[in-house]
Amino acid sequence: MIELCEVTKVFHEGLPNELRAVDGVSLTIAPNRITVLRGPSGSGKTTLLSMIGCLARPTSGRILLHGRNLSGLPERFLTAVRRETFGFTFQRFNLIQGLSVLANVMLPAYPLAPDHGELVARARALLAQFGLKDKEAARVEWLSGGEAQRTAICRALINDPEVLIADEPTANLDSRLSREFMGIMDGLKAAGRTLILTSHDPEVFEADCVDRVVTLHDGAVLDP
Amino acid sequence: MTSDPEKTFGSTGPGAPAGGRVPRPSTWPLALLGLGLVLFLGTLGHAAWRGRQPAAAPGAQRELVARLGLSDLALFTEARYTRHLSQADLHSAFQDHPMALDHFPSASLVPPTPISGR
Amino acid sequence: MSHPLRRQRYLIDFTLASLWRRRGKNLGLLGVYGLIVFLLASVMLFSQALRREAGLLLEGAPAVTLQRLLAGRHDLIPGDYLTRIGRLRGVSDQYGRLWGYFFDPAVRANYTLMVPRDREVAQGEVLIGAGIARTRGLGPGDVLSLRSAGGTAFAFRVAEVLAAEAELVSADLMLVGEGDFRTFFGIPAGMYTDLALEVRNPREVRTVAEKLVTLLPDTRPILREEILRTYDALFQWRQGIVFVLLAGSLLAFVIFAWDRASGLSAEERREIGILKAIGWETGDVLRMKFWEGALVSLAAFLLGYLAAYAHVFLADAALFAPVLKGWAVLYPQFRLVPYVDGLQVATLFFFTVFPYTVATLIPIWRAATTDPDAVMRG
Repeated sequence: MIELCEVTKVFHEGLPNELRAVDGVSLTIAPNRITVLRGPSGSGKTTLLSMIGCLARPTSGRILLHGRNLSGLPERFLTAVRRETFGFTFQRFNLIQGLSVLANVMLPAYPLAPDHGELVARARALLAQFGLKDKEAARVEWLSGGEAQRTAICRALINDPEVLIADEPTANLDSRLSREFMGIMDGLKAAGRTLILTSHDPEVFEADCVDRVVTLHDGAVLDP
Repeated sequence: MTSDPEKTFGSTGPGAPAGGRVPRPSTWPLALLGLGLVLFLGTLGHAAWRGRQPAAAPGAQRELVARLGLSDLALFTEARYTRHLSQADLHSAFQDHPMALDHFPSASLVPPTPISGR
Repeated sequence: MSHPLRRQRYLIDFTLASLWRRRGKNLGLLGVYGLIVFLLASVMLFSQALRREAGLLLEGAPAVTLQRLLAGRHDLIPGDYLTRIGRLRGVSDQYGRLWGYFFDPAVRANYTLMVPRDREVAQGEVLIGAGIARTRGLGPGDVLSLRSAGGTAFAFRVAEVLAAEAELVSADLMLVGEGDFRTFFGIPAGMYTDLALEVRNPREVRTVAEKLVTLLPDTRPILREEILRTYDALFQWRQGIVFVLLAGSLLAFVIFAWDRASGLSAEERREIGILKAIGWETGDVLRMKFWEGALVSLAAFLLGYLAAYAHVFLADAALFAPVLKGWAVLYPQFRLVPYVDGLQVATLFFFTVFPYTVATLIPIWRAATTDPDAVMRG
């Protein structure tokens, strides 16, 4: 479903602080599976994830989504693809401070401009399914770590994407919440979505529901 | 608290709650702006309408001006040359002696009379 | 609502929710901005309305006023200059005028005394303007005592108070009979303050003025068009010192807004990154910021302008009274006819909205166009 061919990402090319974050990675991500990218910090997994999710372009190499080459697309189409196909959660949740939970969840849908009533209903349905129904008017600053995590997941799912991408999802969670998170991931897989995670947390890459673990080191894949 | 993995979703899942309507942040401000715009256009209309009745409002004034042959508005009654702007000669600002500086506050708002080229 | 409009509405939703997070600061900003617009718009509306009023009123002034100059100063003019003028072509009427100033030490106010042409004022009687009536607390039947040029006290009985609607031209007027006037000021018979000529055809006025200058070289004619031009120039907003000061404050405010916006904090940069990462296009981010600047400045403009309109035309420009009054004791109470010059309002609108919108938009340009990748990095 997602194919990477010799993808390389170089930062500050030509400058003294040139950094080769990802070096010649070739990878295939299977649909409807949970894939975990594993490695120490600095191994390039976050960079690789951002390229898969169309947040950044590779310096060289190609990324194919359903056989379609993403690397050459202009920004507008790339953003559209990103919106429709991928949902993100970030390591530090990256919710907009000062806004309510409901407003945060609805944000990714704004450019698509659906009917407001329908969008609110959709957002509420998601919040209910993740047990956040009575938190909808709360400011995101007041949420606990687990609640913020689930809000971030709701936000990622508002546009009903095929693929959910999570960067270090359990970094700010305790082990109980981490197990709960993996339970959510399993549920999403059962519903037909594809999941790609990065983590160095054993609770994540040793979970039963994980189908494949890709180990990265210094920007290259260790065991394909 | 725990999410139910089976109850995942399509866009209108079975768990859609019947909550109240969510007020949009832009409703009130846009409504107020709209009101402001309407009032703004209203002032333009009001001024245009009042301007079309010139005789009505300053009737008594125009009559007095015509009958008495007045030449100036009684706005700045501080000094002679500010009271009768159009009648002031070129030197009245420096009344006492040539080095006397113009010291009335109104004179800072009032420019010297323009002289037609003759 | 069609799709693009709905999208803009959503962007406005976000912008306003975002501004509301710091509502104290943003409402304060709106208040200050609105205040500056209020002052500017007040000056603009006031001077324009007054200019128009002056133009309309003073069309009744005499066509030519002839003053005699002595050593560069305005001096009395002999009545037999009228004979020397004789009958000039185009002049329908010519007469001597008597008017002068009196400083009343009791209230430290300047009055303008005048002998009216249209009515006969009985000896010992006076018609006073509403401003004098107010300042000295006089009504019909009261006695006003003034010290004449000879040193004696003159008692004038108030016969009538001039109409209050005419205060703009008559607030400080005192109309007296000719005999009283001459005795009071010590002006000998046959001398006048100036001469006035009525000319039927406006196009002949200049010719008449030229002939007068040739005939009477020590005189200075003042034409009605010069009177109108004087008042036109007075209220020309471009030349107003007050306007320059206020425009300066507006500029300072825009610079401040730019400075505030141009130092894009890490927080703001991060938020833009988040928005882009969750699927907003660069165009969406820019439009959202545009709405922020445009809505705030539009609100400030409307607030300031509407308040100024109410201030000038409903409250009679109460805030300007002390400024215009200066050291004068007498100040006319008048209500202006509402008048709006479309071009000036448009200019004010442009200068209120455009620089501020640009000042909020430009600083985020760079952040909005870079990849959201930076968000992922911690």
